Amino acid sequence: MIKKYLFVLRKPSYNGLYAQEMLDIILTTAAFEQEVSVLLLDDAVFHLKSHQNTINSAYKNTATLFSILPTMDVDAIFVETQSLLERGLSADMLTLPVQEVSREDITPFMSQFDIVFAG
Amino acid sequence: MKFALQINASPYQSSTSFSAYRFASEVIAQQHELFRVFFYHDGIYHAMKSAMPPDDEFSIFSAWQTLAQQNDLDLVVCISAAQRRGLVEENVAQGFRLGGLGQLLEASLLADRFIVFG
Repeated sequence: MIKKYLFVLRKPSYNGLYAQEMLDIILTTAAFEQEVSVLLLDDAVFHLKSHQNTINSAYKNTATLFSILPTMDVDAIFVETQSLLERGLSADMLTLPVQEVSREDITPFMSQFDIVFAG
Repeated sequence: MKFALQINASPYQSSTSFSAYRFASEVIAQQHELFRVFFYHDGIYHAMKSAMPPDDEFSIFSAWQTLAQQNDLDLVVCISAAQRRGLVEENVAQGFRLGGLGQLLEASLLADRFIVFG
């Protein structure tokens, strides 16, 4: 059985181990050959920010952690345009290629998936 | 309808834990099937055998155990999240079992409705 999963990440990097443990779920889902997409909303857009420095931090670099996604054939990474703009970011400041989705298109975008996985 | 739940919230930090329990109880009361409840992130603390709230407080720990016992529920605690937080096999309360993320995936695949709390 194959379902279309959309993992919606909203929390910031370095907020405990939330991002790292969500990534474990995403990778497990991909390993079971499901259709996996990831949507970064709100502060989760920082996960892929380039030039993160985690020296003297208790946490691993989230951009490095998420760089494993394409090697697991998870290429469908979406970012909400307004979340980027509100934080002074643009897609070219991120470490992986992303597709932008505008805020007003999020609802119809989500409706194409079997499971919208809140994370 | 077949439901599967994931509970990420810790027992006491917010009301989410209690909401999840109430939801699970209602799923059963309305005679739906509760295929599995998967505890992840800080939600694994629900399975602490050594949790002993005072007698005059509601115990979310024993509430889950009773619900599981009465309805033969499958309460699965993510083993990697548990080990990271120091919850090992001998300290897992009755009614819960340790399992992997594959069981979460199976639950989300087979359920008609998959709902995440926290």
